[in-house]
Amino acid sequence: MSQHMIEQNEGSSEIAVIGALLGVGALWALTTAARTVDPLMQAHAFIFLAAFVLGGIALGAHVYSGADADRRGYQFGVVKAGVIATMFWGIVGFLVGVLIASQLAFPNLLYFDTLPWTNFGRLRPLHTSAVIFAFGGNALMATSFYVVQRTCRTRLAGGMWPWFVFWGYQLFIVIAATGYLMGVTQSKEYAEPEWYTDIWLTIVWVSYLLVFLGTIWKRKEPHIYVANWFYLAFIITVAMLHIVNNLAVPVSLTDTKSYSLFSGVQDALTQWWYGHNAVGFFLTAGFLGIMYYFIPKRAERPVYSYRLSIVHFWSLIFIYIWAGPHHLHYTALPEWAQTLGMTFSIMLWMPSWGGMINGLMTLSGAWDKLRTDPVLRMMVVSVAFYGMSTFEGPLMAIRSVNSLSHYTDWTIGHVHSGALGWVGYISFGAIYCLVPWLWNRRGLYSKALVEWHFWVSTLGILLYITSMWVSGVMQGLMWRAYNSFGFLEYSFVETVEAMHPYYMIRALGGAMFLMGALIMAYNLWRTARGDIREKELTSQGAGQDAGMASGVTAPAQMGV
Amino acid sequence: MYETLSQIAQTYGLVLFVIAFALVLVYALNPRNKKSFDEAKRIPLEEEEI
Repeated sequence: MSQHMIEQNEGSSEIAVIGALLGVGALWALTTAARTVDPLMQAHAFIFLAAFVLGGIALGAHVYSGADADRRGYQFGVVKAGVIATMFWGIVGFLVGVLIASQLAFPNLLYFDTLPWTNFGRLRPLHTSAVIFAFGGNALMATSFYVVQRTCRTRLAGGMWPWFVFWGYQLFIVIAATGYLMGVTQSKEYAEPEWYTDIWLTIVWVSYLLVFLGTIWKRKEPHIYVANWFYLAFIITVAMLHIVNNLAVPVSLTDTKSYSLFSGVQDALTQWWYGHNAVGFFLTAGFLGIMYYFIPKRAERPVYSYRLSIVHFWSLIFIYIWAGPHHLHYTALPEWAQTLGMTFSIMLWMPSWGGMINGLMTLSGAWDKLRTDPVLRMMVVSVAFYGMSTFEGPLMAIRSVNSLSHYTDWTIGHVHSGALGWVGYISFGAIYCLVPWLWNRRGLYSKALVEWHFWVSTLGILLYITSMWVSGVMQGLMWRAYNSFGFLEYSFVETVEAMHPYYMIRALGGAMFLMGALIMAYNLWRTARGDIREKELTSQGAGQDAGMASGVTAPAQMGV
Repeated sequence: MYETLSQIAQTYGLVLFVIAFALVLVYALNPRNKKSFDEAKRIPLEEEEI
């Protein structure tokens, strides 16, 4: 009870700060909209203005409704919002992915030369940012906010700040996405948003870091559980990478265009230091945080080795940060730096496989659950994909292998075995766990639909990556083939023609992955409504699932 | 400047990393930490409401 008093007395002074921030933001947006001669900047200024005004109204309504007085218990509202946002952006991102995959196979599909935003070049960053930052980022924020509260046994710090982080991040996504479609880009892969969007993300991200640190700071549990170490490494490193890679000088304060502080090979090295660590810390460390909480939770047994998790953590973060130069083999980058990037990439085999073993062996003695629980199976397959793609990555970082694989579809296949298999499946697994917990349901609406999701998308992923392996290796071999006179054997367009069948297979694989996500969204929506599929009420399998889920929700009911 | 930095990276950097990794191993494998790690690994399984 005394704990409740303390938590209640944290006060709501932060609301004034957030209100002031929104006010200053609205003023900036209004001034910029009025002064700028750049129509793209004006469009963005109006979006910012609308968001800040709506944010202010929502904040005011929240205070006047009296809802703010109760600050007891866990803050799960923002986690619910994060789960919904994850599914929404996931489906948007997968859909755009299927569209551009189809455009690669059939170039005129839904492309209109009077509508520049239907061009592949503008849709491609929309896809990559939507799946990495919108889908992945929301999955990481939602799960990190859940895990840090549960494992620290304390409410999220910062009162309304977590909500600022959530909505601020959605605003960043909207600004970035509309920017790509209108043609606003600084042309850095995975860091396309321009300077003002970057500044906004910095504000949001530092707030995220402070909320997370503040929650750890006031924890009631003496240990900081290993999942939180991974989440923290992800948040801190992404802040550092984002700020350094986006150091730029805008043409003027009312213009969208900016120029990077770096040039030439320094710019390339900074970009790939950022780019590869976006993989290492955003798409790996963060999702390992999910693995270390949700797999033990779902399997109902502790992680295989806590010692191994510590070695995994420190070696992963120390080694990953140096691997970026493998993106710059055979360039103007000094050869020793290329070799350094290659060597550190190969060393990554060790922590990656250590982590994979730790995740998989958590199931030792409970392997039978893979047969009955498709959610756990999804997460285990995810860890298997993690092992596979982190084996493939270092291999492709070796200079001589890279001379074949670089710039080909092999890279695309590799990325998607990590993105669809590892990142996608571990996030799906976590969300399948979270929705019944958060909405206080006994179990999912339908386990059969999870089975459908699992098999349809697994088949989709396999079609995707195998077609890209074949297409990529073929493409690389055709590019380097010489005839007996020492001339190139194939013209570029001949390689494109040869790849056409594989592009169709890839688009089909992507469409199946999207279909799986739609099945999932329907299942989750019915779960949140409190439905249980009638057919499954009596079957044995449903009984097991419900039993497992009720074991989880029972303490929650006791607390209420 | 470039020569100096690359020299440092290629010599002291290596030594520093080996030492850092050794320290991690000492911390993780130290038998005195076993009890604390065994408690920590149970954290997700022991939920309590606040």
